[in-house]
Formats: sequence, structure tokens, C-alpha cells
Amino acid sequence: MSDDRVTTTGVTPTTAHPDDNDLIDVIIGNARTKTADPTPDEVDADPEEQSAGSTISYLPVATRLTDVDNAPIDDPRRSDVDEWGRSERMRSIVRRLYDPMYRYWFRVEWEGLEKIPSEGGALLIANHAGAIPSDAPAIMHGIETELGRPVYGLADYFFRTLPGVGTMWSRTGGVPAHPDNAYRLLHDQKQLALVFPEGTKATSKTYSDRYRLRRFGRGGFVEIAMRAGVPVIPIAVVGAEESMPILFRIPSVAKALKLPYFPVTANSLLLGPLGYVTYFPTKFKLRVLDPITFDVEPEQDRYSRSRVMDEAERIRATMQDALHDMLRERRSVWFG
Amino acid sequence: MPSTTCCASAAASGSAESVGRRVLITGLDTFWGGRMAQALEAQSDVDMILGLGTKEPKVPLERTEFVRSDQKYSILSRIVRATQVDTIVHTFLETNSSAVPSRVLHEINVIGTLNLLAAAGASGASVRKVVVKSSTHVYGASEQDPAWFREEDRRTGPVRTKLERSLIEVESLVRDFAEDNPHLDVTVLRFANVLGTDIITPISYNLRKRLLPCIAGFDPQVQFVEEDDVVRSLEFVTANRVPGVYNVAGEGKLPWSEVASIGGAHLLPLPPIRPRAFAAPFTRTGAIRFPPEMEGLFRYGRGVDSTKLRAAGFEYRYTSAGAVTSFARANNLRRATGTTSEEYRYEQDVEQFFRHSPAVVRGIDT
Repeated sequence: MSDDRVTTTGVTPTTAHPDDNDLIDVIIGNARTKTADPTPDEVDADPEEQSAGSTISYLPVATRLTDVDNAPIDDPRRSDVDEWGRSERMRSIVRRLYDPMYRYWFRVEWEGLEKIPSEGGALLIANHAGAIPSDAPAIMHGIETELGRPVYGLADYFFRTLPGVGTMWSRTGGVPAHPDNAYRLLHDQKQLALVFPEGTKATSKTYSDRYRLRRFGRGGFVEIAMRAGVPVIPIAVVGAEESMPILFRIPSVAKALKLPYFPVTANSLLLGPLGYVTYFPTKFKLRVLDPITFDVEPEQDRYSRSRVMDEAERIRATMQDALHDMLRERRSVWFG
Repeated sequence: MPSTTCCASAAASGSAESVGRRVLITGLDTFWGGRMAQALEAQSDVDMILGLGTKEPKVPLERTEFVRSDQKYSILSRIVRATQVDTIVHTFLETNSSAVPSRVLHEINVIGTLNLLAAAGASGASVRKVVVKSSTHVYGASEQDPAWFREEDRRTGPVRTKLERSLIEVESLVRDFAEDNPHLDVTVLRFANVLGTDIITPISYNLRKRLLPCIAGFDPQVQFVEEDDVVRSLEFVTANRVPGVYNVAGEGKLPWSEVASIGGAHLLPLPPIRPRAFAAPFTRTGAIRFPPEMEGLFRYGRGVDSTKLRAAGFEYRYTSAGAVTSFARANNLRRATGTTSEEYRYEQDVEQFFRHSPAVVRGIDT
């Protein structure tokens, strides 16, 4: 047993025999000399107690036994699934499978990737598009391969209700978008979390509305970043809109199937049901914008509503500008 | 380091101020009550332990007095007055709806607690502390849940099962009681799924049968607490002043498939739509247990934040995976030898003789 253990029990003396007060006092004395540097006077004052303490500190058998009894037992895990349900093993398999898609199908190109920190928490936000969004896997794959750190994708809890999909989504880094989850990820665990502030309003929009950012919810993402004390890093994505464009929606089918929306996509018209799992090979360009930090005290229960809304709107405007800028430079949907 | 970081020391210092505790335990015939009584017997500052139960205790007890009562504890206020107990440990709450009919469940949980609190709060009652064993079932399990529930969080999904409804009602009774009696320490412990050497729960039953039901396409993250930690936490809150609600669960979560793998059981996938109906042939024949309150858990799992009890000074011995492993090891032994411990039978006359006969010389080890 290490010396640390002895000093620990010394400070909390009642672990020893409660009636054996002499022994406890000696242990306390011993602990004090070990932890804090005693002044020479103190050492000289009572040399006997010193020597007694150093010999007896190894003796209290009962203390050690209870320590062993109460010692935590190792955590015998068999899988590498973390508390969020993410499995690095599963994630690496998916990365291997997805890599050709990333490299040769979408030919993803990043700009300003160095703005994403290699450590510490940050809230990544991006514009969302495609009936079955193709942007989230590309962003997560890109950052994980380039920076070598995991990205947790926060998304609507609706995913959890789907058998198979929900589990797969969770194992590959998906987390239900709950403020507590986001705070824990960003603040306590200093991870990267990816959020699409527009939510399903963006993925359900039709092709005619492409690259028009929807409302950024109620600005919840700003409030989370403020509370967690982390920067918001916007990412503008070009190409995802055209990879699976929605022509129109059928609300009655959506209602019958209990889906948030039921899209009829260009892919599905061309390829039938296969169209719901096949993207068009559009060129993806991702631009990381400058990180935004908020000059507020973290860990507050509530932040000024107007401040939160203003910040959200400002970020939205910046992203919209960046998108327009990128679209101005783009010459072809397929080749960038 | 503050002394509260070590639970044993805190327990000892807490008990030092209150000399000669007199404790009443409900549900002495259940696993929880029996184990709790055994633990209290080992503490020298506990003067008297009184156990209430509907059946005989299932564990050997040295000095605990056993009183047989009905489920509703109608005689409780008389007992409290006559024995002048200062602590009531209410472990007799049913948290497994497949064990009893729903009407009995209501009697045990709601009416039982009602009578217990009435006795504890009666004017002039000697009670200073009430500990209630609840369950994390009160949080439910739905897709909108946070990954970790804190004690003050509300459940996100509607209350669907009778068990959850009765436990929520119990907790609201206890909350009202604590408000009306601010001079009492009222502690509610919400336990996650319990696994261990001896306790039988729906999950441990399934693991023993080596067939663990699951819902196809779902591999939820679940949390466990080992039975030793259960007893230790009950002891901890009994010995210390920690009023309030506390989650009790081992650290970490693990996927349901990993539970099956550690426990050496096969997964029995049930269809995602109406899984309990499809499980009926198995539950009828006793191959598996699948009470309604487990359906949400099998789909979405549940995690509770146990930092509050840790901050109060309690130290866990087992993580969630550790609890499953502890169970699996006990189960291996059980398979090899048929049993883990000697069977015990309570004999009223013998127990009375040893406790009260002048012929018995007390205070020596036999």
C-alpha cells in the first residue's frame, strides 16, 4: 500500500478503530508531517511522536482491511462503447467504408480546417441539406481523419426511435440533442459537438429553397455554447443541397409513417426506392468560418434572450454570406 | 482532503453523535430488508432493530426482532409508539410488477407508504429519520431522455405503467411528508437496476435462464448497481444526515448486448412493434420475465447521474459493468454447485429462544 493511502486514512481518522483514540492521534500527527512541511520548531518539539507515528502508520490492520473491503473494483468492460453509445471500433469500420465515398464520390474539399482546435470543447454548427442529410457524415469523417479527434453529432431524438438506424447512429457518434447532453460533452468532456441549428426545417426544404438558411431554432445552440464556455465554429457546406434534392413532400404519407416529413427526391424519381440511399456525385466544399466566442460568464442558468437571439441571427447572417460567396465562386455543381 | 470523502469515516462520525439508534425496517422478508438488518446488526451503536414483514425473514439474523404484519402496516403507528424508534428504513416497495398483481402493488407501495408516513409523522412520534427505497423507474425511459438524469430532472415521457405510477405517487407522498415535517431527515434513494449475488430481479432472472429478451434493432445503454452497494448506500444514508433525493447507480453504462455477453446469456430479439405481445409465449412458460416497465428500458435505456450521492461522501465499489460481472461470477458458481449459499429457514420458536430466554448467555461468540 502506498504512502498516499496512509496519508488519506490519516486525515479521515475514524476509519480506524473509533475507540482507539491514541492511535488515531498518532496517525493524524504522522499525516500532517507527511503532507504539510512542518516547521523545524514543530519537528524538534515532539520527536517522540514523530518516531512513533512513522512506525505505527503501517500498523493499523483494521484500517487496511476496511480499505480493501471498500476499495473500488475495476470496471470490466468488454466493448468500447462509451457513455454516449459511440464505439471507436465501429466508427473506424464506418470510416473505412465511407472513405471512398468521401474521397471519390463527393471529393470533399476543406477550407480553414485549422480553425478547428485540436483540443478543448467547441460547438460546430453547419447548414443542413438533403432529404437524408449527406453533410453530417462528411463533416464528421473529415474532422476525425484530419484532426484525429472524435466528433459527436447532435441530432433530433427522432432517430432513436428507428430500429437499427438508432443504434447504428448512436454507435457512430450520434447523440440526442438535449441541452444537458451538449453541456456535458462540451464543458465536462471537452469534446467537439456538431449541431445543425436549422434542424429538420432545412432538410425538408425543397430544391427551390436551396442555400437559403432557415430560422436557427430559438438560438439554443448559442445558449449552450455560452453556458459551456466554448466557441461556436460555423461551417458552410456547399454541395449537399444538390446531392439529394427534394422536389416535393407528401404530408399524408409522412403522417401515416410517423415521419417528420416524406420527401419525393430527384434521386427517387430516377432510381426508384434505390434513390433514397443514393446521392448524386456533387462536389462538396466546406469552409470553416472564424470561431465565435461570447463575452459572457459561463455556467449561468439563463442568458439574456435578446442577446442569445441577436448572436444566433448574427451567426446565421455570417453563414449566409459565406454560402453566397462560395456559390459565387462555384462554376459547376459536379466539379466545383 | 475533507473527511466526507470517505464514507466509512463519515458514517462513523455521524453515528457518534446519536447514541443508541433504534431502527425499524420494513420488508424484513425481502432481500433489501434482510440484508439491511444484517448490516445494522454489525453496528454496535444500533441498540434495537425491528423488522416488519409479511413473511418470515429469509436470512439468518442475530438480534433483529421480527414482527409479522400485513402489507398495509395498519399496526405501524402502535409499533412506532411502543418501541420509540428514531429511524425508519422503508425498503418494502415493490419495484417489479411481474412479482405481484397490480392491485397488491398499489396496496404495498402507496397504501403501505401512506400508513408508514402517518405513523412517522404522528404528533409526539420519536422518529427523526425516514429512508425510502425508490427506483429509477420514476424517470421512465423515452427517446427524449437526456443521457444522464439528475435528481431534479423531470421525466420526459408519459407515465404508462402501473408500477411507475405507483412509485411516482409514493415519491410525491414522501415529498409532501418531508415538507410537512421539516424537523425530520427524509432521504429517498432511487436505485438503478440491481444485480448481484443473491437478488432476483427480472433482469437477473433472465440472465439466470440464459435468455435475455431484447427489442430487435435496439441496443440500449443501461446502468446497474451492485447489491452490496445497495446495502452500503442504505447504511450510509441511515448513519448520516443526508436529506433529499439521491440516485444510486454504478458508474458508467453498458450496452444491452454487452450485458448478455458478460452474463453468458443469449439475446432473444423481439419485434419492435408490440414486443411484449410477442414475448407472451415466453413469459407464460416462465422462460423469461418481461414486465411492462422494462419495455422503455429495452428500447432507450436509462442513465442517472449519481454524483450527488458521491458528493455527499458515498463511495461505490462497483461500476455498472462491475455489477454485471459480479452477478455473472455468482451465477457461474450457482451453475456449478446448484446454490451460492446455505438455505436458511426461520423458526419462530428457536429465534425467540435465542433472543429472550434467560438460559442463553449473551455476549459470547458461539
